[in-house]
Amino acid sequence: MRRDGSARGGLRIVGTAARKVDGPAKCTGALRFADDIVLPRTLACRILRSHVPHARIRGIDTTRARARPGVFAVLTGSDLPIPFGILPVSQDEHALCPDKVRFVGDPVAAVAAVDEETAWEAANAIRVDYDRLEPIMTIEQALSTETPRIHDYGEGGNVHKKVSLEFGDAEAGLRDADAVFEDIFFYEGSTHLPMEQHSATAMPEPDGRLTVWSSTQTPHYLHRALAKVLEMPASRIRVIACPNGGGFGGKSDPFNHEIVVAKLALLTGRPVKVTLTREEVFYCHRGRHPVLMQVKTGIARDGSIRALHFRSWLDGGAYGSYGVASTYYTGALQTVTYPIGAYKFEGLRVFTNKPPCGPKRGHGTPQPRYALEVHIDKIAERLGVDPADYRLRHLVPPGSLTVNHLRIGSMGLRTCIEKVVAGSGWKEKFRRQPRGRGIGLACSSYISGAGLPIYWNNMPHTGVLLKIDRGGGVTVFCGEIDIGQGSDTVLAQVVAEVLGIDPLDIRIVAGDTDLTPVDLGSYSSRVTLMMGNAAIQAAEKARGILATAAAREWAICAERVVFAGGRVLDSGDPGRAMSFADAVQRAEAASGTIGTVGSYTPPPSTARYRGSGVGPSPAYSYSAAVVEVAVEAATGLVHVERVHLAHDVGRAINPVLSVGQVEGSVYMGLGEALMEEQSFRANRNGVHRAPSMLEYKSPTTMEMPEVVTYLVEDPDPNGPFGAKEVGQGPLLPIAPAVANAVHDAIGVRVDAIPITPDAILRALQAPSKRAGPVRVPATDWPEPVRVPAPALDARPAPDTRPPRDAP
Amino acid sequence: MMRLPPCGYIAPATLAEATAILRDEGPEAAILAGGTDLLAKMKRRQQRPSTLVGLRRVVGLRGVRGGPRSGLRIGAMTTLAELERHEAVRAHYPGLHQALRSIATPLLRNAGTIGGNLCLDTRCNYYDQSFEWRRAINFCMKCDGDVCWVAPGSDVCLAVASSDAAPVLCAFGARLVLAGPRGERTIEAKDLYRRDGIRFLAKDPAEILAAVLLPPAGRLRSSYSKLRRRGSFDFPVLGVAACLRFDRDVVADARLWLTAVSMAPVQAEEAERALVGRPLTGASIDEAAECAWARAKPVDNTDFTVRWRKEMTRHHVRQALGALTSSVRFA
Repeated sequence: MRRDGSARGGLRIVGTAARKVDGPAKCTGALRFADDIVLPRTLACRILRSHVPHARIRGIDTTRARARPGVFAVLTGSDLPIPFGILPVSQDEHALCPDKVRFVGDPVAAVAAVDEETAWEAANAIRVDYDRLEPIMTIEQALSTETPRIHDYGEGGNVHKKVSLEFGDAEAGLRDADAVFEDIFFYEGSTHLPMEQHSATAMPEPDGRLTVWSSTQTPHYLHRALAKVLEMPASRIRVIACPNGGGFGGKSDPFNHEIVVAKLALLTGRPVKVTLTREEVFYCHRGRHPVLMQVKTGIARDGSIRALHFRSWLDGGAYGSYGVASTYYTGALQTVTYPIGAYKFEGLRVFTNKPPCGPKRGHGTPQPRYALEVHIDKIAERLGVDPADYRLRHLVPPGSLTVNHLRIGSMGLRTCIEKVVAGSGWKEKFRRQPRGRGIGLACSSYISGAGLPIYWNNMPHTGVLLKIDRGGGVTVFCGEIDIGQGSDTVLAQVVAEVLGIDPLDIRIVAGDTDLTPVDLGSYSSRVTLMMGNAAIQAAEKARGILATAAAREWAICAERVVFAGGRVLDSGDPGRAMSFADAVQRAEAASGTIGTVGSYTPPPSTARYRGSGVGPSPAYSYSAAVVEVAVEAATGLVHVERVHLAHDVGRAINPVLSVGQVEGSVYMGLGEALMEEQSFRANRNGVHRAPSMLEYKSPTTMEMPEVVTYLVEDPDPNGPFGAKEVGQGPLLPIAPAVANAVHDAIGVRVDAIPITPDAILRALQAPSKRAGPVRVPATDWPEPVRVPAPALDARPAPDTRPPRDAP
Repeated sequence: MMRLPPCGYIAPATLAEATAILRDEGPEAAILAGGTDLLAKMKRRQQRPSTLVGLRRVVGLRGVRGGPRSGLRIGAMTTLAELERHEAVRAHYPGLHQALRSIATPLLRNAGTIGGNLCLDTRCNYYDQSFEWRRAINFCMKCDGDVCWVAPGSDVCLAVASSDAAPVLCAFGARLVLAGPRGERTIEAKDLYRRDGIRFLAKDPAEILAAVLLPPAGRLRSSYSKLRRRGSFDFPVLGVAACLRFDRDVVADARLWLTAVSMAPVQAEEAERALVGRPLTGASIDEAAECAWARAKPVDNTDFTVRWRKEMTRHHVRQALGALTSSVRFA
């Protein structure tokens, strides 16, 4: 790992590889994941799922299940009639399907029994009478099938959502361009594959309250869904998010099984637990949308992008989930890397009879980023320009406003590109290696948290409550939840930095709706930035209280009091100091119990058009990747030999955790690029091809190449100590960099992800030297919402400095 | 996966006892010889044997005797890891060593046995699924149903032979000792397998594979080339085992076996004939690869596309035979 960027600026804890606060508990197995929750008298729950892809439910006979010894309760859809869903506009799920099933795996009934085997036997004794409907398995089929409809809402037929936005005059831009380029791409769906399967336990309390433990990334949204569906006041429900054994977006929706165990616990008066099988996790899904894309670019003589027209067709699966946001995200972030004169985006999401797609790491942006970066590689080739130089000549300047009104803060992409170009020996390798060896480059950007919450409100997105004990111990309460990314450690480091204490003297209480202030959840790369800012605020208030007390003791002004190394010191008199605990005791004596709060709300976006809620963020991270491959022409097999990834993280609060996020992103990106497919057998009742860890092919350590990480630190004014996101952004450039490297190696374009050996052989044999989609479905797009491009004075001139020689 | 379903477990101490139990329990009993495949299947409710007959305690089933000059006798309960580390196997039967090293993962090889691997259930993407999944396709003929979904017109189950060790032992001309209620018999390794995904083993259910007899290593050169998605973990989607005997520079005898292209390991006899009586050269290897390619008839029941898997036959035959042009191993 190499770091580049600003000086540490007097920081002592932030910027260090502080030990993970939950590290020892994880290493010793002491950490309690949701499946580790074992309560006396717990009943086991199993859920009966639909074995047909699309049908009306004529009737359900639970008699035989109820009659089995050891069965305590059986639920069907009529017991939980209220719909829910993560987005207010898509309240289209039921805990158990009341009248219709929409994919193989949709939940239909549930059993609580004395043990898992009894519950399973009973669930399979339930008879469901289905009236089958035609299953809809592809984007094309969904567009051409008016009836049956999978849902009775949306934009007609089986179209869930249509979006059409135009910023400036894209038609004119394309017409007036000196050259127009057009491509069609497909990006297959994939799933998160967290090691931990979802698990939830619900416990009724003697006073009528209910506690639910779950492996969820979003305890607050689960809390709201439980209150709604169970028709209970939220004040009587406590949601405890257990540390997640991996999330990646797959635990960001409220799930049917969480509601089911809650209802069963209330009915039976006993704790009820469910741990999903791996197969059921594939049915929860909410993973990467399969997306078909068409991209058309008008290029001016100097290579700049006069206009971009981008279209996306998303295969959404059976429910809304985050899909409306996903649809917008396939068109939102094309604009934040290279300046675009005018931009038109048309996007569409269809319902199909497959598990619902949703937010997987990068949410809706890896697909368009892949399309854009391969497209640009082709343009650079046609223009006869080195693709690294092309990008360096056309960078969005820091502090600017994009054509779709996104406010850029710090922008370290130039440095990122320079780092990977220099580190990989790009100039010596690109188009200069023997056939079979290739090198490819791609760039990307991602949000550091969404500017708007999921449900409309004007409250903070996160809150931190801080309490200091007389012994000097600090407890920090926050609704965030550590999903392995290290957010607990980030929280401890930020507070420790402000208070000048050891992060290990801080206890984190996280993700508990009874104990912690709301944090919206561990999604959209929002936690470090938002929670970090709230934590700074709470810690600075506490520091103020302590400083005032110490200043009074020493009869100096409070500004002279500094905090470092577990001590409180007088900056004007190096000999004068007291321990942190002494300062706490003096402050408590002077002003009472010490507790402070902090909260954070993102800055408002200037954009005011319909759909402007997706895209704005307090800060944008930037990544550049160079991937080196060897491709066997005889087999089409791709071996990734090395990945160079530079990421502008603003500031690395903890560089080791940041590198961990980069390496994890590279791993996940390579899986998508080369092998992962959440695919189904349309001609076999729509079953998932391979819902198992063995046959759903994802890379192992054997496939993982060396990753050279460069952390670029271009502090953003909106980030805590300048920090931006690192959890998702580094995934985005991987697939296009692999595709571009394959082309460099053997001269073929595989315009479909994953890049399989079969596709490479087909491309080698094709006259076009290309494999991938060749047409897009005829689509009635709505009239675009026309948005004027921002005034030119709000858009600094593009950063057109010629590329520097790499440092 | 769920936890194991309730099930009987018996751990006899002798082969006679074990075969008697199997005879008495009938086909509802299953032999547990490592369990890395069987227990996962039970957790998926894919197989539900009433009784597991564990062979771990049976005396004399574990370990390797003999040497490369006399041949090896390998106890069926010898773990894959033990066999992989065995010096004679590594030095004199490299094809078997390569196959062993490619099975599953190092952790699983600590539990899995050579006998278990040779008797490995045939695999299929329509069969290796949970009860609920198989119910969604209305089951298949291998378990609970009556159609082969790989080829609905087929009257035989097309589940695929997936043992890495089997094709190598066939190529070596190894023999197998089967112990049954009426005593022991010895068969050719290749005669253990039947081209039927359901009744894929030509042995009585009460018979237990007790030992593998490897011939003297002599002037044999052997190799194994495996196609799979990842560098560990995966079952073969194609395996090519080659075993050649040289007389000076000339190939005197050739055995070439393919696995994962049919319900049983497949002998590529035309490819063998193309090799015999001439030195092993690029030209003879290409000819053999062409013959083997024609012999491979994969169907859509494993990872990767059928077309690509068949296409890869040539490549892996070249790999397996190419390795023998240099790796001279004389006893």
